[in-house]
Order: sequence, then C-alpha cells, then structure tokens
Amino acid sequence: MEDIKPTMFKVTVDGVEVEVAPGTTIMQAARQIGPEVAPPAMCYYEPLKGSGGKCRACLVKVAAGSAKDPRPMPKLVASCITPVQDGMVVENFTNPQVVEARKGVVEFLLLNHPLDCPVCDQAGECHLQDFAFENGVSTTRYEEERRTFEKEDIGPYIQLHMTRCVLCYRCVYTADQITDGRVHGVMGRGDHAEISTYIGRAIDNDFSGNVIDVCPVGALTDKTYRFKNRVWFSKPVDAHCDCDKCSGKVQLWYRGDEVIRVTARKNEWGEVKEFICNTCRFEKKKTSDWVIEGPTKVNRASVISANKYGANLIKKPDFALKLAESQYKKIDDSRPYVNEMAEIKQSEDYKALMQKNESFFKK
Amino acid sequence: MSLKILTEHCSTPGIETLEVYRKKGGYTAVEKALKKMTPDEVVEEVKKSGVRGRGGAGFPMGMKWSFLAKPEGVPRYLVCNADESEPGTFKDHYLMKTIPHLLVEGMIISSYALGANKSFIYVRGELMYVIRILEKAIEEAKAAGFLGKNILGSGYDLELVVQPGGGAYICGEETALLESLEGKRGNPRNKPPFPAVKGLYQSPTVVNNVESIATVSWIVNNGGEAYAAVGVGKSTGTKLISASGHINKPGVYEIELGLSCDEFLNSDEYCGGVRTGHRLKAVVAGGSSVPIVPGSLFLKNANGEDRLMSYESLSDGGFATGTMLGSGGFIVFDETACIVRNTWNFSRFYEHESCGQCSPCREGTGWMQKVLNRIEHGKGSMSDIDLLVDVSKKIEGNTICPLGDAAAWPVASAIRHFRDEFEWHIKHPLEATKPGAVYAGAVLV
Repeated sequence: MEDIKPTMFKVTVDGVEVEVAPGTTIMQAARQIGPEVAPPAMCYYEPLKGSGGKCRACLVKVAAGSAKDPRPMPKLVASCITPVQDGMVVENFTNPQVVEARKGVVEFLLLNHPLDCPVCDQAGECHLQDFAFENGVSTTRYEEERRTFEKEDIGPYIQLHMTRCVLCYRCVYTADQITDGRVHGVMGRGDHAEISTYIGRAIDNDFSGNVIDVCPVGALTDKTYRFKNRVWFSKPVDAHCDCDKCSGKVQLWYRGDEVIRVTARKNEWGEVKEFICNTCRFEKKKTSDWVIEGPTKVNRASVISANKYGANLIKKPDFALKLAESQYKKIDDSRPYVNEMAEIKQSEDYKALMQKNESFFKK
Repeated sequence: MSLKILTEHCSTPGIETLEVYRKKGGYTAVEKALKKMTPDEVVEEVKKSGVRGRGGAGFPMGMKWSFLAKPEGVPRYLVCNADESEPGTFKDHYLMKTIPHLLVEGMIISSYALGANKSFIYVRGELMYVIRILEKAIEEAKAAGFLGKNILGSGYDLELVVQPGGGAYICGEETALLESLEGKRGNPRNKPPFPAVKGLYQSPTVVNNVESIATVSWIVNNGGEAYAAVGVGKSTGTKLISASGHINKPGVYEIELGLSCDEFLNSDEYCGGVRTGHRLKAVVAGGSSVPIVPGSLFLKNANGEDRLMSYESLSDGGFATGTMLGSGGFIVFDETACIVRNTWNFSRFYEHESCGQCSPCREGTGWMQKVLNRIEHGKGSMSDIDLLVDVSKKIEGNTICPLGDAAAWPVASAIRHFRDEFEWHIKHPLEATKPGAVYAGAVLV
C-alpha cells in the first residue's frame, strides 16, 4: 500500500521557513522553529482547549496570507489562534508595528498590576516579568489609581491575590477541563472583572492545585509555599511516585535538604506537561515520599537559568561570571579589589567582551 | 413624501395586532414566499436588493446569507439581533414596539430562506415590555397558522423564540450574543470560525439586525430590483435614523439612502433644524461608536461637496475627515455642548461595557476614561492629549471584537477635530470647570 503523506504547509516566520501540518497555528509553527521567533504568550496554554486570543501578547503581522492569495491581512492577528496557510509569511519581532503593539499590551497588562515582585512568590518564574522585560518599556505613563482587591482564600491550599491577575482565563479552563466541577470563574466585566468563587464556596477537589501552575502571574499561589523562599534560591529536581490519581511525575523544589514545594513538570514554554493531584502537590513534602530522578534541566528562558535579565543575552555567561567574581571580591576587605578590576579591564578578553556588549546594545 | 418601506403603517391605530396588520397587507409576503418561491429564490431576491446590514457594519445581507454553510444533518439557526444598546440608537426599539408583526413576518421568511427550523429574537433585557409585545405577536401568528408545524401547508416548520438579553452592550456583538444565547457569559468568540460556519450550538448561524430582517417582507412582495432602485450606489433602500440631541424634532425617521445631509438636518419633514436660536457645532452620525465630526464636515466633505446620508458619502475622506452611517444613531450638538465632557461620557460607557476579555480593551478603556475625567475636571496636562491619541491607537485593531475600535474612535476623532477645546480645558481649568462653561472658540455652522 502506498504511503499517504499529508501535504505540509510551508510557513515563513521572521525569515525562517518551516514545514508544518495543516491546522497548525502560527504560534505552534513559530515554536517549532525555536524560541528566537516564538511570539510571547500570556493566556495561550497548549494543554488547555479553547485558551488563547485574549491577552493579545502574541499579535503578529501576516505579510502574506498564503501562496494562493498573497495579500497581507489588514489587522494584526493573534498567532495562537490563527491557523497557517501554505506560503504564509509572518512577521514577528521584525515588524515595527508588531513591536509597537506589544509594547502597548505590556503597558496595558501592567496598568493595574501592583508590581510587587519583591514580595511576590511568582517572581522569577513569572510570565509577565519575562514578557514585560523582553517587550516592554521601563517607564509608566499611568498616573491614576490602580485597581486593587482584597486577598481571598479559596480553599485550604490556594490563595487568590486578584490584584495581580491579568485575566488570562487559564485557571478557568483548567478547572473546566481537569477537575470534576468548576466553582470559580470570572465575575463582573471590563477592568473591574475578577476571578472569584461562587459565594461561600471553596475550591475543593483533587486537581484544584493545578490552577497555581497555570497562573502566569502571582495571582494564585500555593499556601503551603507562600513566602518560604525565592524561586531562584531553590533547586528543582525531577522525581516521581506511585500515585493512583495522577501520573506522579513531579518537580521537587529543594532548599538545602528540605522539599519546600512540589509542582508539575513544565516544558520550555512554561506549560505543564502532566497535571498532578493535590495529594502529590500539597501533602508529600518529604524526600522519602519520592523516587528522585535527577536535577531538572531548566531550558526555559527564566531567571532560574543564569542571567536572564542581563544585557548580553547570548554569549554572556563568561563575561558575567568574571564581573561577578570581581564584584564579589569588593565585599572582601582583605583583597585589593580595585587593582584586580583594573587588571581585568586591561585584558584583551575584557575589551573584546565589552565590544561585543556594545554592539548588542546598539542593536 | 419619500418612500416608506418600514414605517408606512406605523401610525395606523392597532397596527400591533395581527388583524389590523393583515388588513394593511401583512403576511402576504409569507404566503408568496412559502407557496410560490423556493428558499434559494428568496435568497436571490435579497441578494438582488443589495440591502446592507442595518446593525452598524453595513455588510451586504444577501452575501451574509449565501456564506451560510449547509452541511447535511446539522440544524441551521437564524438569530435576530435586537440587543440595541448603542448610545444614540433607538430605531429597533421603536420598530418592535410599534409594528412587531413586521419583524415576525420577516423572521418567518428569512428562516424559510435559510432553512432554519428554530429561530431566535435576542431582545435587549431592559426592554421587557417590548419582549411581551413580541411574544403576543408570535402567539397571534401561531394561532393564525403562520408559525408552528407545516406552515400554510407548505411542509415547513418554524419555532420562533424571544430571548431576553443579558443586560450588556457587548451582547450585541454577534458572537457574544450567541454565547449569551447558549446561556454562557457574553464574551465575544475568536474568529475564525465565523458564525456562518460554527455559530449557535456549533451549528451554522446567521445573525441579522431587526431592521434588516424587517425589510425582507417588502423585498419579497415587490422584488429585489424594486428595492435596489431606491437609494444611491451600494447604499440601497431606506434606513431608519434615530435623531436626538439639539434638534427641533427628535425622533425616528425613515429616509431613502442618498438624502442630502443638509435636508435631513434642516427640513421640517425630518429633524427640523438645530434647536431654534442655536448653531450647529458637531454631529455624531451613526451612534456613539462612529467618529464625531464638526458640523461643517458633516454637511460638506473635505472637498466642499455636499454629503449625502449614505454609507459611502458619510465615510468619504476616511477617518481624517469622514465618519460612518453606522447604526443610524444621529446625535446633534449645538454650541452649548462641551465636546470634552461628551467624549468623557462616551468613554465611561465603553469602560463600563467592555467585557474584560482581551487586555487592550479591558485596560485601555478604563485608562482613557480616567484621563478624560481628569481633563474634564481641570486636572489634565498637555501631554494627556497625546497620551489619549496613543492609547486609542494601541487599542484600535488589536482586540477580539469591534468594541475596542468603537471605544477608540470617538476619543481619537474628538481630539482630531476639537483639539483646541481640549487644550482650553487644560490651560484654563478654573474657567472650564464652572457649571455650563463651554469653549467659546469652536467653529460653528
């Protein structure tokens, strides 16, 4: 019998061509190429059906609709929900209109956001931090009062801090699709809309903890972990156990020898691979509960991977390490750090690095 | 007297009853369509008529009908959008409460043409008394055999349901309306898929405005070509305009498209001119969502040619100097109106009505409202004006549904045409915040 090969669509994203199956979205096609061209996503979450299209962070310009009809699309489109056509040409980071629109989206999302990163548990693995750092501007034009809410306990394990919410609807979809019954949702509308439970109800079922993992910001936090540690001081380790409710494949977060948090494993886009149950998440906080597989390879662009928020993103670690070393010595009184720094500054190595840095800044 | 297609019998006493309505020739179109025409022939007539969607976007209705997917074994639905809540627009409200059978008759023919066996009229929730009028009309039509099983022996069944709306402006957006009709939160859907492919309950659906559907019976009776003969260019037929504001005779008027704007505003047959003793300052020609224009640009376009009440003529000049016919919510401002206050008022409406689903509209509408509030209350700064323009640009076109555009246009156009008035408010806060104070330098007609 002859092999039936599906016709593949050729799509170009930021000048890179890729072949994808029909029905793929622009976002998925770009992710296949790699993180350099993948649009940011604040609401889209691949494992959740129906998610996407809301945050407008992933807006792209379709410069040519398809090979048959190469007219550009009149408006920017949300890449997470727009299916590709054969011969489609997409402009992402290369289009000034897109860059400008994304700056706008960052500004809108931060408008009512408290920016309390220093005391927020999500800091370090926050999608909004990453998104704002990569696509936004560092100042605000907003002079008005920000919208605030009271913190709310929804169930024994989860706290809702609505002030930080960006209304991505991910937790709503999670509760709809992963758990037996949804008791929370979006109330009100416009900029006064909020996530909340029905009056007097608490979120109480075996998979409710997953809403914490899908939340892109610090709006839904784990009450067993609140204010225990900063993400970047803890060490993630892959582990598993026999669980009759879920796959049991988790990530343990260690501080010293202590398991301070258990989460589901995430892929490089920050999306949960397999949802886990509440018993695994909240109750098994001892190393002896788990079979350790080994340290998690962090390939997601986040603070946990070194120097995410430095200036020279690519060939930086060398330079940063040297600088960190010299800075570290500053603290130590017994060492003549000034001379050493001057020495480093004299070296060819340092000059080359600075030049590289400079050219990056110019870009 | 110009041709009246929809409002001809509106002043007849008792027209809301089936008896009087039939005496005036009502339901003859249903008989003609169901007995003598195939559904495709009805669609063809509507296509020929060139009637455009009267809800605001002006998309040709026949074309919308022909896009309807017709897969085997899947029901199709017709939904009438009667969730009229745009500030300045009240034509559907008038039509439904005065002559409900016109809509019911149009729904029967349209459903027949589209092959829908269950159709819905989604009425704005605030209009409970109109809902009761419609329900009574449907009862009468059912008793007379125009609804239900095997209508007039043609073998065609139709059930017509009136659904009270959820009480939100956003439910007038067609996909949000469908969500609301399904019993969900009225959030607009991502498109594609369009309702013509996957609409109500994931089935092919057509959503039409009240006024559009009400024209169908006339088109069936008199033929699409007769309808197309009225009007000018691609703006065929007649349109209901709900005129309000500083005019001598506010009300709902039926005009033949292509009437000159000057005549509509000043003739005694229609608005009767600007309030006696006052002069024209600005006009919102098609409901609060369309760009506001100064009186001079409403009467004549940028080249000095007379403007006509038609889709093309009003939008002549693009957004720089033109506006839109929209849903026909015609609001007139004389020199006593403060544009800043009015713009703030509109933006308050959009902040309140934004569904909060996508971020530019959710956050942007609130931001614009707050900045405009400051300017209006004497606490603005000069940079706020450019800020407003920039924010409106970042909302426009970047949202899921057109509510974002609708919120951005009035602000952007008010600043475009009345920038000096905004500057006056900022430079002279003490004067501007006095009760009834209005900028004196505006150009009047």
